Amino acid sequence: MNTPARGGSVPVARAHPPGAPAPDAAIQREPIDPATVLSRVGAPSDGAVLLFLGTVRNHADGRAVGGMRYETYEAMAAEVLEAIVREAAERLGTPRVAVVHRVGELGVGDVSVAIAVSSPHRESAYAASRHVIEEIKRRLPVWKHEHFVAGGARWVDGHALDPQSGSGAETAPDRAGER
Amino acid sequence: MQVRTLFFAAYRDAVGTTALQVDLPEGATVGDLVNGLRARGAPFDRLPELPAVAVNRTLVRGDAALSNGDEIAFLPPVAGG
Repeated sequence: MNTPARGGSVPVARAHPPGAPAPDAAIQREPIDPATVLSRVGAPSDGAVLLFLGTVRNHADGRAVGGMRYETYEAMAAEVLEAIVREAAERLGTPRVAVVHRVGELGVGDVSVAIAVSSPHRESAYAASRHVIEEIKRRLPVWKHEHFVAGGARWVDGHALDPQSGSGAETAPDRAGER
Repeated sequence: MQVRTLFFAAYRDAVGTTALQVDLPEGATVGDLVNGLRARGAPFDRLPELPAVAVNRTLVRGDAALSNGDEIAFLPPVAGG
């Protein structure tokens, strides 16, 4: 059932503990609408609302980049992304986190990931936003195939997954302060 | 027993397939699977000796034991975001 489709597909499976609210995390092929992601956080108690967008840049190592194909192991990525959001909520005191990661063919400037966070104060909002993007880069089973304007393509160098360091869906140590 | 292996991104390109059913003796570990595949020669010898592997969507070490029907994913270094 978990066929490694190029770029994956929607919708994703949701796995979360019974009784707990499902983390607001999704992987999708459709373009990301930042306003929609932003609208899923915010509360009268919150004085800080943050939106982080990751976008496809037009260069890498001095070469012009024309686009990027994102692939994923969809079933695992859905679980890992939910785990990352849960951690942000539990450890950083920011229950209002919404994340969308896009897969498929993206062009320069396209939004690949959107992270919305709201909390009573800015410190926890920044910490949670940072936690989510850093853990995505460290643990999410997503790969990027970069196409160069002058021709040619390559897999972007990545971060080796390690079961010893909490990669994957299991609980990882708090890394909010790491870079 | 039989397990289902999945190859992603650069590993899929290296071995030229997305999925493969593999027969293994009872009690085989992830390391046994990797070694067995690499011993087949090209193109499977292009897989690293110690790739990151997830069994049923959870990362495991090489000494993890496998069970019939497991889904074993070979995961290149990740680059999300």
